[in-house]
Amino acid sequence: MSDDDLGSFSTASPDDPHMQPLARHPERAEQLIALTMVIGIVLVVLFGVAYWYNWKPWTFGVTLGGGILFLGFGITAWGKYLMPKGPFVEERHDLRGTDEERDLFGAAVTQRGAGILGRRKVLAGTAGLGLLAFGVVSIFPLLRSLGPLPALTPTRTGWKRGTYLVDSTGRAIHVDDLAVGGIVTVYPMGLQDTDQGQATDQTVLIRLTDTNYTTRPGRETWGPAGYIAYSKLCTHLGCPVGLYEQQLEQLVCPCHQSMFDVTNGAEPDFGPAPRPLPQLPLYVDGRGFVRAQNGFDQPVGPGYWERS
Amino acid sequence: MSTTINGPSSSKQSEESPYGPVGKVLNELDDRLGIAKGGRGLVDKIFPDHWSFMLGEIALYSFVVLIATGIFLTLYYVPSQALVTYHGAYTPLRGQQVSQAYATSIDLSFGVRAGLLMRQMHHWACDIFIGAMVIHMARVFFTGAFRKPRELNYTIGITMLILGILNGFLGYSLPDDLVSGTGIRIAFSILESIPVVGTYLAYLLFGGPFPGTAILPRFYIIHVLLIPLILIGMVTAHLFLLVRQKHTQFPGKGRTEHNVVGAPMVPIFAAKATGFFFMVAGAIALLGGLAQINPIWQFGYYRASNISYAVQPDWYMGFLDGALRIWPSWEWTGFGHTIPLEVFIPALIVPGIVFTLCALWPTIEAKYTKDTAVHNLLDRPRDRPKRTAAGAAIFAFVFMLFVASSTDVLANFSHISLNVVLWAMRVLVIVVPLITFPIVYKICVELQGVPGAGKRKRANIVSRSETGEYLAIPAEQRPGDGHHELDAETVPSYIDFQDEEPQDPGTRRVSR
Repeated sequence: MSDDDLGSFSTASPDDPHMQPLARHPERAEQLIALTMVIGIVLVVLFGVAYWYNWKPWTFGVTLGGGILFLGFGITAWGKYLMPKGPFVEERHDLRGTDEERDLFGAAVTQRGAGILGRRKVLAGTAGLGLLAFGVVSIFPLLRSLGPLPALTPTRTGWKRGTYLVDSTGRAIHVDDLAVGGIVTVYPMGLQDTDQGQATDQTVLIRLTDTNYTTRPGRETWGPAGYIAYSKLCTHLGCPVGLYEQQLEQLVCPCHQSMFDVTNGAEPDFGPAPRPLPQLPLYVDGRGFVRAQNGFDQPVGPGYWERS
Repeated sequence: MSTTINGPSSSKQSEESPYGPVGKVLNELDDRLGIAKGGRGLVDKIFPDHWSFMLGEIALYSFVVLIATGIFLTLYYVPSQALVTYHGAYTPLRGQQVSQAYATSIDLSFGVRAGLLMRQMHHWACDIFIGAMVIHMARVFFTGAFRKPRELNYTIGITMLILGILNGFLGYSLPDDLVSGTGIRIAFSILESIPVVGTYLAYLLFGGPFPGTAILPRFYIIHVLLIPLILIGMVTAHLFLLVRQKHTQFPGKGRTEHNVVGAPMVPIFAAKATGFFFMVAGAIALLGGLAQINPIWQFGYYRASNISYAVQPDWYMGFLDGALRIWPSWEWTGFGHTIPLEVFIPALIVPGIVFTLCALWPTIEAKYTKDTAVHNLLDRPRDRPKRTAAGAAIFAFVFMLFVASSTDVLANFSHISLNVVLWAMRVLVIVVPLITFPIVYKICVELQGVPGAGKRKRANIVSRSETGEYLAIPAEQRPGDGHHELDAETVPSYIDFQDEEPQDPGTRRVSR
């Protein structure tokens, strides 16, 4: 073995300037660092005490955090100020191999591949085909068991002809329940505590006036006694459109601030929402309960490829 | 040295090592693993010294803290959407129907000793982890450390940043609180917005329509196993490449393309790094103990029809949220299909372009400058004004998107109409990067002409000679201003420590 392989066998004396610490007063530095470490130790021990006796949460943070922080300061300062200041040097060796090495490596990889594998074309082909088939088949579990494939109308709601509107406690909404300007979130009766009712069927019911209200032509019968209902799912990203600006008569989505004009078929006035909120046609039955004339006339919520 | 060739049989494994029991253990290991040669190289490995090289260390150490605190959290958290009646430590919630995930998240905060500390440390460590990765990436970018031969390591770094952001989102979604639940709802809609396959992707990930019952268990296993495993593998590869290719260094006295000047791994760098790990962990613990983060008990549990005002994601998702807010409502409909461009473009295309541009930058720059040489010396940002200006412009663009994620808060805070704020952000997101480029370019070029910029000027002593002539003579350098570095030497094999001088008996050194 030569010297080069093992680096130099140089011997440094402690007087060598490279071996000197960076600190101008090493003894003072050592005392300071020792003090830092002692504070760290005390705090870590205190953390143990705090944990054992279950003190307040903030004491855990102060003792644990302070403890390791002080220990860290101490160890770093030791390395920076009291260990040999150097600087030391190391040669970089070329990562690149010699031309001959590259030649041999390239030959081994390509010629062995082409020569030995290529000689048995049938075997190489069948092996490749086998791997391919395995690769394709291994995608099947993802498609067949991760979840149901979406039906063509993935946002079909639970609203049907005659469905009662209920609030989150399950109480049916009566025509006398809301004052003018009032708002409540409603669900199809029986679905208020289900995932579908909560996530897809959620609807806002607003009372705009106390006479029949038409939000746009063709919806003359949809707003009996001033009650109008819109899907609560924002058409942008599906957040609940939970803010009602009563003065402006606008529904506001708190996520990205889309605003929907309640008096005009929930047409978006502002923000990134592309479509109005679908409106639920209502009627008041003989006993005064507010019910749905029908389901929504279009899918609720944000857009997706299959939506026409 | 002698040219005698020693056969394997003559290895002196049974002999006593001159370095005591440790030396004996090392010899035994070397007999079996052959660690002596490479081990010596590793012990002597030189790490260059510059404050900006610790940014990556912050990311690494906060990742370690993430794993440690994360393991603690898994002992108590149950990833289930099943409804339970809460009977735990948090009084206001007692008797309410909440998901088991939310109940256990609350209970590990209030019912488990140091549980709140661990949960908050985990959240803080994540914010710091991703922040440190971003700043580390900026350092690598602006100093040209990504150039050949380090393009691969740069790509690994960007992949880790993306995975970190993704895992952060999955992690803060797990408590099933009102804010994070809304985030999951938005994620579902973003998946749905992908043309042709979007609905399928969303259904397969969520196990059906939103919300389903599968999403928390699935997010959980991705968050605690899949992505951490990939991240650990990538961190290992990142560090392996760092050791293999050796660290870059700034130009300076005795520093060339063919050497590394700094401190050896053992014990100097090891001491600094260990201490710094403790400092990072300590800072995170202090934050976790003193600074409240993500108070899920105030947000309440998630019901899909509930929402609260000023819902915002964690900071690293902010640029996505901002892009979604300011993008105009351009939905495309036709041929019986819908493409929600108002979601697809800002949520997927814009970040896709930004990250792809970052990942391809080494290739683009090499093409443009026709520079294919190996670089081990770093650039000062001012010396590469175009790159610096371009990087600053990209950063400005992402930062403005981040600012745009608080349009509602800005409007509320400054009593400006939301409409004005929105339009201002739409303009600023385009204009600020366009202004940033020439300004940064100009600053770089100007700085190049001022070699001593940033350093203290020497005083001029003005004196008048007897003949009435005025002279301005530069004063002596102030102590500490000069660069008094020694010439670099190789690390010595032995340090010839003499025994301390024996003290005279009877005298005692007494400190003052």
